Amino acid sequence: MTAAPLHLAGERLMLDPAGALVWPAARLLAVADLHLEKGSAQAARGMLLPPYDSRTTLDRLGLLLRRWSPAIVLALGDSFHDPGGPGRLGAAEAARLGAIARAHRLVWIAGNHDPAPPAGLAGEAAGAFAAGPFVFRHEPEGTAGGIEIFGHLHPKAAVASRGGTLRRACFVADARRVLLPAFGAYAGGLDVTDPAIAGLFRPGARVFLLGQERVFCFPLPARRRA
Amino acid sequence: MLPPAFAAWFAARGWTPRPHQLALLDAARAGESVLLIAPTGGGKTLAGFLPSLIALAATPTPGLHTLYVSPLKALAVDIARNLMAPVAELGLPIRIETRSGDTPPNRRARQRQEPPQLLLTTPESLALLLSLPDAPRLFAGLARIVIDEVHALAGSKRGDQLALGLARLGTLAPNATRVALSATVAHPAALAAFAGAGRIVTATGGAAPLLELMLPDGPLSWAGHMGLEAAPTILARLRAARMSIVFVNTRAQAELLFQALWKLNDPMLPIGLHHGSLDPAQRRRVEAAMAEGRLRAVVATASLDLGLDWGDVDQVIQLGAPKGVSRLLQRVGRADHRMDRPSRALLIPANRFEVLECEAAIEAVAAGALDGDPPRPGGRDVLAQHLLGLACAGPFHPDDAYAEIRRAAPYADLTRDAFDAVLDYVATGGYALAAYERHRKLFRDAEGRFHVRSARLAAQHRMNIGTIVEAPMLRVRLAGRRGAGPVLGEIEEYFAAQLRPGDSFIFAGRRLAFLRLRETTVEATEAAGPGEPLVPAYEGGRLPLSTHLATRVRALFATPARWTVFPEPVQEWLRLQRAASRLPGREGLLVETFPRAGRWYLVAYAFEGRNAHQTLGMLLTRRMARAGFAPLGFVATDYVLGVWSAMQPVGVASLFDQDMLGDDLEAWMAESSMLRRNFRNVAVIAGLTPRHQPGAAHSRRQVTVNTDLIYDVLRKHQPDHVLLRAARDDATSGLIDLGRLAGFLGRIRGRIVHMALSRVSPLAVPVLLEIGRESVRGAATEDALLAELEAELRGA
Repeated sequence: MTAAPLHLAGERLMLDPAGALVWPAARLLAVADLHLEKGSAQAARGMLLPPYDSRTTLDRLGLLLRRWSPAIVLALGDSFHDPGGPGRLGAAEAARLGAIARAHRLVWIAGNHDPAPPAGLAGEAAGAFAAGPFVFRHEPEGTAGGIEIFGHLHPKAAVASRGGTLRRACFVADARRVLLPAFGAYAGGLDVTDPAIAGLFRPGARVFLLGQERVFCFPLPARRRA
Repeated sequence: MLPPAFAAWFAARGWTPRPHQLALLDAARAGESVLLIAPTGGGKTLAGFLPSLIALAATPTPGLHTLYVSPLKALAVDIARNLMAPVAELGLPIRIETRSGDTPPNRRARQRQEPPQLLLTTPESLALLLSLPDAPRLFAGLARIVIDEVHALAGSKRGDQLALGLARLGTLAPNATRVALSATVAHPAALAAFAGAGRIVTATGGAAPLLELMLPDGPLSWAGHMGLEAAPTILARLRAARMSIVFVNTRAQAELLFQALWKLNDPMLPIGLHHGSLDPAQRRRVEAAMAEGRLRAVVATASLDLGLDWGDVDQVIQLGAPKGVSRLLQRVGRADHRMDRPSRALLIPANRFEVLECEAAIEAVAAGALDGDPPRPGGRDVLAQHLLGLACAGPFHPDDAYAEIRRAAPYADLTRDAFDAVLDYVATGGYALAAYERHRKLFRDAEGRFHVRSARLAAQHRMNIGTIVEAPMLRVRLAGRRGAGPVLGEIEEYFAAQLRPGDSFIFAGRRLAFLRLRETTVEATEAAGPGEPLVPAYEGGRLPLSTHLATRVRALFATPARWTVFPEPVQEWLRLQRAASRLPGREGLLVETFPRAGRWYLVAYAFEGRNAHQTLGMLLTRRMARAGFAPLGFVATDYVLGVWSAMQPVGVASLFDQDMLGDDLEAWMAESSMLRRNFRNVAVIAGLTPRHQPGAAHSRRQVTVNTDLIYDVLRKHQPDHVLLRAARDDATSGLIDLGRLAGFLGRIRGRIVHMALSRVSPLAVPVLLEIGRESVRGAATEDALLAELEAELRGA
């Protein structure tokens, strides 16, 4: 696994191919849109999806924490798919989140799916998290307060190769904004050419597609007109 | 044998009842179920309905008497129209109605209250009727079931669904007799078992068709499958005939040929276009124009394989290799659609290999040898859908359901364990982690019967009945000057996603410029944009070469005495191959290796069809990578597999060892995009990710969860889940074609001939020309492609 460096405002950020953003100088790791317990939320609507999504997501997060040993772990909102999610979390998964909160400073940033902090779980809650030149939040609001690092949009990019079109979840970044891919096992994607994403970035923005061992960097494709 | 009124009706038209029509009448009187095998144009449909009409004329009874099931909605509509004539002329008190997804809700409701005597429908609409609580009342008096074009249904998931529906009808209306109508097939006994018919009636007569191989003017193509250089030749033949159908193998080919013909069409012959992605209204217009004799030719895909005759077709042209004998016969039967006159058809190969395939097909037709796969076990995903439907109709006991389901031929060998696993999946999701007890879809009462949990679930189920899972499609609409223009048809979402405003593409016989995407509609204008236009391709559009035809092609290669039927360039090509290397034999496997432009090539003449070759290519390249040959890519055609590598492959025979179907296969399947595609279909059919939700104004995107993500999670945590099993079962045929590959590896063991050549052989030339069209998949290969692209961009 090789993370790609991204230099912004004199700071070096690392884009991990597992879908996390790491700021080594601050010993901070951020993931977005965990959508824990999405499977059980769908089950209530008659879609009995495999109930292993939270476990899978936490497995991936655990690997990342071992790799980077951050002091601060930021979950950039939509950490649970719905407000009832924390209550449905399996005992083993709840215990794992507890262990993470003991070993790191765990910050739950509010999202549109989980506006209130997760009930009964360890960690602190916040609307946003500012540090150095960066503001970490769920949705983009504006860059007046600093470089925005956010999630919410589940970016995914397609590139045409000689083996056909390849689609991957990705980071999107320009000088003022960094958009993280969704980290949850059942979190789908929105194409980066969608105006909701493309409209946020300036010409020259880049996408970083997640690979198995590294990320792959391409220019942000032209915006698709609505 | 005919009642006087019917005899008079036949006589008035100068007709005599055909022997098979009388045989079916006889069987109906004896209460027997029958499979009728007759070539097209044999008066099959009338034979199927005659016993019903006679019975109802003698004893008019209210309520549903005869149920007709056809694979095509449009066919049901046409048959209904054709039946109206005799019913009106004979003054019979019979109501005939059709029912499909297009039937308006008020008529559907009335059909449940006051069913017509003859109801014409599709397997999907039948499944929906059977899921209603009043199904037992509706079908209690059913006397006959007519299944049309049964050969087109058996062996598919739609066939599985129909077989389960027939088993259900066997319980609801135990005295109903069945008649199944089929074109000539390779496995009549299996088809009779599928239909539950105890007797097979084969229509006699029918002149053997006359087939002729025709080559385009000019040099013979080495590769490619479009055959567009034949356009002038085809146009000349169209001018000489009254009405022609030009059959092609893919929708893209249809669009391109249509363009090519019109570019040359100075005489302004009226030529139409017909394929499955065109708007139904547009297709109906083309059919009507054919029927009225207003067209001189139609370029068509499999969309015209089935169904009624449209007009007096006097010439059929097949452009490109036919791929299978049975399908070729069906297409050829479109010309001179009368049993007593031979049909005539021209076969135009698109390249050299196809010359051999066309010749082999002509021989097979002359020999009356058909192809087709023997039946396979029914899909568990379809069974899951059926079980939920059963519960929606009313509570059932699993013992009864199991017994009933085993009466459906595709499920005759279903074990109780397998049945219970599917039922558990329907009820709870079938997960080892019992997480969804609260959300179970089925619950058991004290007597052990299963009930559906809620009316909402039943409504959701009924909205999602069916086994055809199409790739996400977008409508194509012509943007007029004032507001929206007509809808032209549908293209796949992935194709639309690669279009940028101004890009031109060919669709519905027009050259269009992409304007914008609005919701689920592609808006386009009829303006020629710059550059080569794109042509939409569709998933699964191509059938692989049948095993039967492949065997004949091999035999042609191996018998130089028979080469005289080929045009001289082909004979010369084969002679050169014999001198420079060897010819592929009837059995075993010829493998050539040779260096070229700094790479090594390995070409295996396997003749197992494109799907099996793709799978073989994936497995072989893995093994070559481990052996240090550094494979760089491969290409699979219907005839051969070509692999290129950085190092010289040695020990070639051991590369093809059967054990490649072990660990390598496991590892590859795990990340294969084809298995993911299978899983996507299975998840939709089995109701894991329903496409429609009641009362949901949401778009598809909002209600569905990406099945690739579900697949990854499920594979990791419960690899033995019933739906993963179902996806793997699908892989033994279809896109991965494991069954065929396994048979092949067993057959060639110890019979591999390796020719180490110093340069490319004549037979391998077409393979080199195909190179660059390989499809590479799997996360690791994808990563390699991404890295390559990234490096290219950096260098640029």
